[in-house]
Amino acid sequence: MSVIRLTVNGQAHSFDVDPSTPLLYVLSDDLALNGPKFGCGLGQCGACTVIVKGQAIRSCITPMKAVAGAEITTLEGIGTVEKPHPLQTAFIEEQAAQCGFCVNGVIMTAKAFLDKNPRASEEEIQQAMSGVLCRCFTHTRMLRAIAQARADLGTAK
Amino acid sequence: MSPKPKAPANGMLTAEVPDAMSGASVSRRSFLAGAGALVVVFSAPSVLETAGAQEFEGGGGPGAPSPNQLDSWIAIGADGKVTAYTGKEEIGQGISTAQIQLVAEELCVPFSQVNLIYCDTARTPDQGITSGSQSHPTNFNHRNLGLAAATAREALLELGSKRLGIPADQLVAAEGMISAKSDASKKVGYGELVRGQKFEIQLDPNAKRKPASEWTVLGTEARRPDMPALVTGQFEFVHNVRLPGMLHGRVVRPPVVGAKVVSVDESSVKGMPGRVQVVVKNDFVGVVAEKPWQALQAANKLKVTWSAGTGLPNHGDFYNYLRTAKPTRDTLLVNSKDVDQKLAQASTVLKATYYYPYQMHGSMGSSCAVADVQGDKATLYSPTQGVWPVRGSAAILLGLKPENVHVIFRRGSGCYGLNAADTVTFDAALLSQAAGKPVRVQLTRKDEMAWGENYGFAFVMDERAALDGEGNIVAWDHESWSAVLGNRPGYNTPGNVITGSLAGFAPEAFMARSPAPEPRAYSNNSNGVPSYVAGNVDGTAKGTGRITSERSLMHNIESPFFTGPLRSPQRLQNTFAQECFMDEVAARAKADPVAFRLRYLKDSRVIDVVKGAAELANWEARPSPNPRSQKTGMATGRGIACVAYEGNNGYAAMVAEVQVDQNTGKVSVKRIFFANDSGPISNPNGLRNQIEGGTLQGMSRALVEEVTWDEQKVTSVDWQSYRTLPLGFAIPEIRVNLINRPDQPATGAGETAITIVAAAVGNAIFDATGARIRQVPFTPERVKAALSQTLSRA
Repeated sequence: MSVIRLTVNGQAHSFDVDPSTPLLYVLSDDLALNGPKFGCGLGQCGACTVIVKGQAIRSCITPMKAVAGAEITTLEGIGTVEKPHPLQTAFIEEQAAQCGFCVNGVIMTAKAFLDKNPRASEEEIQQAMSGVLCRCFTHTRMLRAIAQARADLGTAK
Repeated sequence: MSPKPKAPANGMLTAEVPDAMSGASVSRRSFLAGAGALVVVFSAPSVLETAGAQEFEGGGGPGAPSPNQLDSWIAIGADGKVTAYTGKEEIGQGISTAQIQLVAEELCVPFSQVNLIYCDTARTPDQGITSGSQSHPTNFNHRNLGLAAATAREALLELGSKRLGIPADQLVAAEGMISAKSDASKKVGYGELVRGQKFEIQLDPNAKRKPASEWTVLGTEARRPDMPALVTGQFEFVHNVRLPGMLHGRVVRPPVVGAKVVSVDESSVKGMPGRVQVVVKNDFVGVVAEKPWQALQAANKLKVTWSAGTGLPNHGDFYNYLRTAKPTRDTLLVNSKDVDQKLAQASTVLKATYYYPYQMHGSMGSSCAVADVQGDKATLYSPTQGVWPVRGSAAILLGLKPENVHVIFRRGSGCYGLNAADTVTFDAALLSQAAGKPVRVQLTRKDEMAWGENYGFAFVMDERAALDGEGNIVAWDHESWSAVLGNRPGYNTPGNVITGSLAGFAPEAFMARSPAPEPRAYSNNSNGVPSYVAGNVDGTAKGTGRITSERSLMHNIESPFFTGPLRSPQRLQNTFAQECFMDEVAARAKADPVAFRLRYLKDSRVIDVVKGAAELANWEARPSPNPRSQKTGMATGRGIACVAYEGNNGYAAMVAEVQVDQNTGKVSVKRIFFANDSGPISNPNGLRNQIEGGTLQGMSRALVEEVTWDEQKVTSVDWQSYRTLPLGFAIPEIRVNLINRPDQPATGAGETAITIVAAAVGNAIFDATGARIRQVPFTPERVKAALSQTLSRA
């Protein structure tokens, strides 16, 4: 066990944990966050995605010791029901979910990508999303929502 | 840190859902018990007995709210807000939105005034399982929820009549008010009329339903109320249920199929952090610890000695095993008894065999449940599709009385049928019972895929057609072989899923039966009867086609793996074979595949979707294969397929346009044109969402999905060994023609699209290349093999 500090969505926390504990377990269990989700535990589906230093990472295979002191942003941290992020707004506009379990990974992966590539083409967006799974296959709407958010983010700048 | 149960995020789907009538988290029944009863006298009480109950899917059982009682479905608060109770749950298909629209429409209140509570054995009626494309037929036609809301509206009109002193036929219900038609200032609100009390009347089969032509809420693209919470991380899935003092469990499954526990060495996890407890019940093994990571470590370290497995049939030879294994259970769906004779006399007999693999539900999130079993009582937070059935089977598993088991649905990851939802509910229940504390269990990816879910059925299907001298079909013979083991656990069979079986309960017995008895009543629930035959049983032809010489015979054998109703169970497999075969016969007759189909169809709704899809696709009438196709490089083609889902529960046709790389065998679907008729459309946006998702999921199943195994165990254990099309795959353009039928009963719509994708794509591959691919999935290797056969024939 060791004490590891994290900043999550702007709030500082410290945890006395086995340093090999995956970040996802701490976010879900200790911080009771609903955004990041356990899909596979193998980094294969994207459901657990969070953003660290602008990078979308898979928190289910990221041990706590690898993110000691880091600033973590989760889906909860980019917008709220009252004040959603443009990506969240676009997903609502497009009704781009079915069960909604994958939405965390889709939005967080898209956010990290669009932040770095605000003028990405639709093919580039699709390429960037190629490691994310949705088993309800809401692909069409999700990609449309991401393209819409890219346009909205561009307008906002 | 001590995480606390979170406050309701959206007021709709939390551990304690506030009732609209009270605004507080009290149970509806206790609230109403103290509220005094309001009795509404009906003019024709004698006819009320028939409403609902006879058509009810659920078995009820102790404590189930009566489906005949209006109060089981609708409550109106003192503030006028409506709470509706339903046994059909939201699993991502959008049905909660449509049900809110239904209640708002019939009760004449705004959409925002309806709070929908679904699937909680303490509060909602038993509507069996949310499955089989039955939610719309069950609740939107003239019974159950729709009838309840209409009954409530008429009761409110009666109450308003008494209050206002105006005859009910001179009153109108709108926006939660009853007002005089002649003088809108004479009005009274629902809340004031009911004052939070019970109706205490039965559903009225004579209650007038609003015709679809008068809809103002149904038929609109009402937005899903759960969407804002979903996209901001506020929504509570079952994975996010957190109870005070909750522990975390993990299961330890056998290493190979059929292995049994010989011994469990509890000392192997002694001293591990988290107060690890080991739980063993027959071959069910699990651990409980304070934290989820501790439980996983302990599960990995626990030393269990298992017996050898029972071995598995060879995967490469499985289809041969399937069609030769004994004993079988045989069923005839139609049998005109002249098929053999027609085949013998035919100038040509066409025959083809089609193969469909075991496939997974493969939920994105591995399944999770939270159980709190203390003494003789249990509360289960479960993503099951059937809270009432699981109450019964969990009670048997735990040795408790069903009335002491409370099952509360919480949404899991999309399930598409029988994923590991029920099994993990049993896992959590067993571990909590042993620990005497609330326990949360989430499966690992491997346990979800190899030791959690009930797979979709593998099938072998033989199609035979007798043709006359002009190439007309004069007889059709469909024969199928598939393997079954277990099912949904239902009210009393916990052994139908893996955990129940490991804990010592038997799956439902395999009842061998051969030969098959003659069919007594026509049912095409499995789509084992092709759309083109007459469906003549007992003197009446209820099929959708014209071919009168017909036979459909199915054989079941015992499956080595647990099986269950994966989206469009049997219907997809049968339709794949029949619709591809129809294309083969059309090609043989050098006929256009659309025109050839229409020649044998008599049901106008199937005809209309076929025409609708063809029109949308700007279909070029000509035989397949495409005469312009080159024999090398890229080839393009189009194919059509159609279905009357379950014979009469939704109608759909699809045209797929594909590109086939003849060098690599890779298939790309470029465009999809889809026509759908599910009766009156309750929410066009929700319907399109189901169609788009069903189409792409159908593509994934057609092109890449297949469960694999070795001599002892399943080897599809993650997303590398069980493939699915990711968000980045080349998505076809999907164009949809929604045929609205306001005058028809509502049918299902969640499974129409997925049923015909494999056939449409397979037919398009043939059109592009002249190669017929008869085995799903259409991997590049199989496409290349089919191409080389075509070349060798040429």
